[in-house]
Amino acid sequence: MKKTTFLIAGVSVVLAGCATMYSAADYQKMAKDAVSASFSEKGIAKKDRINQDAVNLACSQADMTGTPLSGDATRKLEGAEFATIKYPADGKFLGDWKAGEKLAQDGRGSTYSDKPGSANGGNCYNCHQISKAEISYGTLGPSLYNYGKLRGNSEAVVKYTWGKIYNAKAFNACTNMPRFGHQGILTEAQMKDLMALLLDPNSPVNQ
Amino acid sequence: MTTFKFRQVAFAVAISAVAVGPALAQTDAEKAIDRYRELVADGNPAELWEAKGEDLWKKKRGPKNASLEKCDLGLGAGVVKGAYVSLPRYFEDTKKVQDLETRLVTCMEQHQGIKAKASSYNRDDHKDIISLVAWIASESRGMPVNVPQSHPEEQRYYEMGKRIFFYRAGPYDFACATCHAEDGKRIRLQGLPNLTQNEPAGKAFTSWPAYRVSNSQVWPMQKRLEDCFRQQRFPYVEFGSDVTIALSSYMGVNGKGVKSLAPTIKR
Repeated sequence: MKKTTFLIAGVSVVLAGCATMYSAADYQKMAKDAVSASFSEKGIAKKDRINQDAVNLACSQADMTGTPLSGDATRKLEGAEFATIKYPADGKFLGDWKAGEKLAQDGRGSTYSDKPGSANGGNCYNCHQISKAEISYGTLGPSLYNYGKLRGNSEAVVKYTWGKIYNAKAFNACTNMPRFGHQGILTEAQMKDLMALLLDPNSPVNQ
Repeated sequence: MTTFKFRQVAFAVAISAVAVGPALAQTDAEKAIDRYRELVADGNPAELWEAKGEDLWKKKRGPKNASLEKCDLGLGAGVVKGAYVSLPRYFEDTKKVQDLETRLVTCMEQHQGIKAKASSYNRDDHKDIISLVAWIASESRGMPVNVPQSHPEEQRYYEMGKRIFFYRAGPYDFACATCHAEDGKRIRLQGLPNLTQNEPAGKAFTSWPAYRVSNSQVWPMQKRLEDCFRQQRFPYVEFGSDVTIALSSYMGVNGKGVKSLAPTIKR
């Protein structure tokens, strides 16, 4: 019996040896090389889009291994992202909610089939419930219905909301939400319109 | 062609019925779409591509005036049944892990002497490859997915695929996993399969090739992946590139044992 156990243990070691011919670091490098070799520039989508910054690199790794980032790492990354947030120069945070609703509906932009210089949509309904009237909404993000009604529009809420749209990773390092300001997806004026959609008491979001 | 147009109209009607109705739960909207798929499934126009594909497989063509009937899709020369559900796999002759589309490029060259131009979707020889894929997939309908992992290269592609699946980048910071790593999520009303789980991965893996009602085209997996990356705001993923083969391997291995559906019909 003991001999058999020993033999089985020996075989497992050999098998494990075969299965781990490459280290995790090797696979990581191979995947990166494959990405580098597989994509090419097309239209407005330049090759450098495949490059990862610190937060994307850390979060990809965390997602893949199923091990969340440590508290320290999270705080460090969120701090660096927070530092990128630029508030409106004129101190006005709220634009036109009607323009914001149009923008929230628009899921276009930034693909290689989009024309250079064309404005990006907000993509908001792709992932969020927003106004009650629009039933074709996605569920990747939380519902934003009654966003302003539930939170009010104190300076703290207004600044937080701006920051969340500008760079959501400042508040949740591995969020799935794009960094609309930091990555230059939306202009300051567009973000103001989205702010109004969420916070203006007359917006359908808050009815 | 008239029937196809009718189908598109019928689908538009089904969708608007969903859109103008009272706030319906996700399940209701998806039930309506599933019902529509059932209604049209027994007349899937992909059958036209299947018929053409079978002809292309058996017809003598190219400088060598030969058919593809001796092509080895991984189960031995000329074996078609079961090939679709066991690709991508490693091939000794090319020393590469290949999916069905890239393997067909190899076979056209080896057996027919055709230097296939397949890099652009539905252009040049890729048109023929789409038809061949449709027929070859149909020959595996109902068979369990069985993408092999015995060769070290097959394991390596799976491991690369897993990492590429979670690779966040681009102006929107999206990875495949952004949309495809949780159960029960959707974009607008479109349900998103969780490709990290067995059943949804197997179903998604064997959903392509599919006939797409919205543009009357058959899309094989290479085209499906290319359009995913386009919407992910990535640069252009090359036909047959390592990324596409690795992701197919990842999905196929995750979907082990699920019964093949392809060719399917999609909106």
